[in-house]
Formats: sequence, structure tokens, C-alpha cells
Amino acid sequence: MIKVEGLTRAYGSFIAVDDISFECKPGTVTGFLGPNGAGKTTTMRVMVGLTPPTRGDVSIGGMKYRDIPNPGRHVGVLLDASAQHAGRTGREVLELGARTMGLPLERVDEMLHLVSLDARESKRRVRNYSLGMRQRLGIAHALLGDPTVLILDEPANGLDPAGIHWMRGLLKQYADKGGTVLLSSHLLHEVEQIADEMILIGNGKIVARGTREELLKGASGGVSTTLVTSLDNAALSQALAEKGLPAAPAGGGLRVTAEPVDVGRVAADRQIVLTDLRAGNEGGLEQLFLELTASTQREADFAPAPDLSRGVSA
Amino acid sequence: MSTAVTTSGLDVSQTPRTPFGRLVSVELRKLSDTRAGRWLLIAIAALTLLVLVIQMWVVVAQNTHVTFNDFLQGMNTPMGILLPVLGVLSVTSEWSQRTAMVTFTLEPSRVRVIAAKLVSLLVISVLALVIGLVLASFANVLYGAMSGNSVVWGSVGKLAFFYLLLYVFGMATGFAFGALFLNSPAGIVVYFVYSFVFPGLFALGAALMDWFSKLQPWIDFNTDQNGLIDGTIHGKGWAHLVVAGLIWLALPLAVGIWRIRRAEVK
Repeated sequence: MIKVEGLTRAYGSFIAVDDISFECKPGTVTGFLGPNGAGKTTTMRVMVGLTPPTRGDVSIGGMKYRDIPNPGRHVGVLLDASAQHAGRTGREVLELGARTMGLPLERVDEMLHLVSLDARESKRRVRNYSLGMRQRLGIAHALLGDPTVLILDEPANGLDPAGIHWMRGLLKQYADKGGTVLLSSHLLHEVEQIADEMILIGNGKIVARGTREELLKGASGGVSTTLVTSLDNAALSQALAEKGLPAAPAGGGLRVTAEPVDVGRVAADRQIVLTDLRAGNEGGLEQLFLELTASTQREADFAPAPDLSRGVSA
Repeated sequence: MSTAVTTSGLDVSQTPRTPFGRLVSVELRKLSDTRAGRWLLIAIAALTLLVLVIQMWVVVAQNTHVTFNDFLQGMNTPMGILLPVLGVLSVTSEWSQRTAMVTFTLEPSRVRVIAAKLVSLLVISVLALVIGLVLASFANVLYGAMSGNSVVWGSVGKLAFFYLLLYVFGMATGFAFGALFLNSPAGIVVYFVYSFVFPGLFALGAALMDWFSKLQPWIDFNTDQNGLIDGTIHGKGWAHLVVAGLIWLALPLAVGIWRIRRAEVK
């Protein structure tokens, strides 16, 4: 649905986006990941015609954005939630959008309801909105025209955990109904749970892409690891060693270089009670993300911590 | 989210291009839906009324003979100063408040947006003219009743046309400066320098240098508009107006539109 071909955007000698190509398919959520300044926003701005490309092309549904009649009805865009007139009320912002797109004004109420902005909040001026509320307003604005394509730049920015959860559900549902979603983030965990495909960008170039599983495979070099916690870690560790599965302490449990099923089998044989067993590559994805983008991180001497024994998957 | 389709194209058959009239009505709404915009409109109306009341009080007290045109002239002071500010803000607020990002995503043709803004300013000009004519007529009649002097109307139709031109020129010049700088303070300051400082400098130059006094009417758009204000413009005055208008209105407007079309909207 969204097709980016050989897109380059240069500012003088600085190349913000360097010959990138990708495609977003209907019914999927594409996560666009990279650190600040990697070129995500520039790419999205080119998509909707706010920034002219230096080279390359972007088409949406086979059309150039500027050729789409009444584009708000087809492509929902949120590029910067703070780019609203501070003196307008939230409701007025949506009403201007609805009027421009030729929508009935009930649509404004529907959208306010959808993003959980109540009547009192909608009558307040955007100046007095928190970033999270602006983000909700921006999402409402993007969805106003009932579009088939959504382009959202850092939509989770400023949302509280409940808000992020809500947004994930919303976008997932939207894609399940056949919509095409492209959302950017600089935080992996915001995206990895809902993105069908992830595109990692650093220094204006795509450094990796694929599904979560594909990326994980690449991240661990094809070797799977398992995180396991049991009531008797010492005994388990010994049992695993006997089976030739090397285990190392990690947090309150063990990190084993093996598939979870093999670890579980060993534990079952020895009748060791497991309290936690799962694939341990989540950290690998985060690590991959950091490594791939390390050269573009602002922290010059940044080196990813070797093992954070990540017990949480965000 | 019910119309989402799984084909790899957009079905645009149900969504015609946004009609121009709708863009104009949205732009009109934007002029008054913020506190700043609304108070500017209220201030214009209030100051106009205030000037009229003071003028009425003075002419009746001093028993001065005035005409319909004098009341129009009185009102032109607040309108002539503040309407152009509205013109500046109608374009610069989109940039300072960054709403241009939304405006140009909903209507990718920037020229259409600019045209809609200009037409919305034209609508405001007509509205200002109608209000001005009604107030001036009312004042003129009241003046006759209060002073006992005869009521002089002059050629109302001609004056109405001239004042419409004045308001349109003022707003369009403000808009042009706004488009040129894409920054509210810069646009307003430069507009005021152009309309209050330049005429004085031009007059000084004309008084000191003979060659400049011949050039001045061709380049002094403000002073040329005095012929519209007092209704005395004729022949060569129109030529002056057109040439100076090309310099101070058409040129900055063209450059401003070129700039907006090319600008990266951030």
C-alpha cells in the first residue's frame, strides 16, 4: 500500500535519508524503528508531501500523495502532536479537520470518545493539554476521515502505559480490518509487540528489516537461548550440564543455550519444578537494535550492556 | 474504520477533491476560532465604533461641516491599521503554530490553500465594508439631526468601491508580507514600517530631491491610496496606484507564494 523506492533526502552535504526502499502491506503494522535523528520523520514527511525528496519516490495505493483527492479520507497522518494551534480547543481542531474533509460533525464526537477525551477536556485549549492528551487528539485527527492507511510518527510518545496499551490494541484492530499502519518509534518495546514487520533505520539507512522472528534469528546468530527459573537452580544447572547444555546464572534464574523445549524436558526428567521458562532472545532483539544503531547514537562511547538478564518483556 | 480494504490500491472514486468553497469556509473559521483571532476582530469593530463616536462628538461640539466621506475616513484609521494585521496572521500563524503541517496534509495543493486564504480575506473585506457603510450612514444621518446642518452624501457607490479596494489592498499587502517572512512579528513589524515609516521617508526624499519627487508617486503605495480615501483619485493617480501596487503588493505576494510552495513544512 505504501511503497518507498530509492528515497533520498539531502540537506546540503548532510544526507538525512539515504536511498531507502520498503513497502507496507494492507492488513499489517509496520514498525519504523531508529534512534532520534535516524531519518524516520523525514521519510514520513516525504510520504505526505511536506518535504520534497531529493531522489526517489513514494506512492500510496499506487498514487502520489498530492494526487489523492481529499487525502484525509484515505491516509490518516500524525506527524507531530504538538503541531496544533495552542489557542484552539481540542474539539475545534477536530472540527476544522472534519469540515475540510466534508465529514458530519458527529464524527468529531465519535473520535473524541474513541481516544477518551471527555467533553470538558475537548473544550480546553490545546495549550493546556499534556503531551499524552495532544497525542490522543492527534490520533483522533488521524482517524477522523476513516482512512485505510495510517502514518504515525512516534504516536506513543507521552502516552502513559495504559495509553500505550490502548494504542497498541487500536492499531492492531485497525490492521486486522485490513488497514495499513506505519508507525515509527525510537523505543523497541513500543513496537515489537504489534509490528508484523520491523524496519530498523540508522543514519538514514535501513540496517535491518523483517518480522520479529526473522530479526531474532539474525540477532542470536541462529542460536536460541532460554531463560529458566526453577525451585532448585543448582540442580537444574547440573542436570543441563550433564546433557551438554551450558547454563549460566542470569538474575534469579539461568540462561541456557538451547531451545525451551529441551530445557523443559531435562527439568521434567529430573522432576525439577520450573517457575518460569521462555525463549531468551528478547534481549537479543534489543541488543541487535542497539548494536545496529550504535553508530548513530548520540552517546559516543555507548556500548550495550552484555547481559541485563532481562526478566521483563515490556 | 469500517471501510478498510485489503486491495493494494486506494478507492478514490467516492472522495472528490475538496471543493474550493469548503476550503474558504474553513479558512474563514480559522480567522476567528482562536482567542487571538476573535479578539482582533472584536478590537477592529470596537475601535471603529469608538473612533466614530469621538468623531461625532467633536464635529457636533465644534459645529464642523462634515460629509459621509469624512465618517468613512475616520473609520479607515482603525480598519486600515488592523485589517492588514489579520492578513499577516492568517498566513503566519500557520507557520508559527505549525498548523501548516495539518493544513497541507489535508489539502496538498498549497496554491489552493493560499487562494482560499486570500478569498477568505476578501470576504472579510466585504464584511468590513458593509459594516463601515452602515455605521457611516447611521453617523451621517445622526450628525444631520444633532447639528442641524445639511446631510451631504456625495457619490456613495464610488466611495464604497474605493473603500473596498482600500481594505482589500491592506489585507492583501499584509498577507503578502506574512507570506514573505512566514513569521508573525516580522510580518507585522515590516508592514508597519512600510505603512508608517516609509511614507514619511518618501515625503522627505521628495522634498529634498527634485528627481525623487517625480519618482515618489510611482513607488509610494500608501500615499497613492490617499486618493481612494478622500475619493479624489483620477487618471494618473490610478496609474501610480497600479505601478506602486505591483511593487508593494504583487511582487511580495508572488515571492511569498513561491516561498510557501517550495518551503519544507515543519
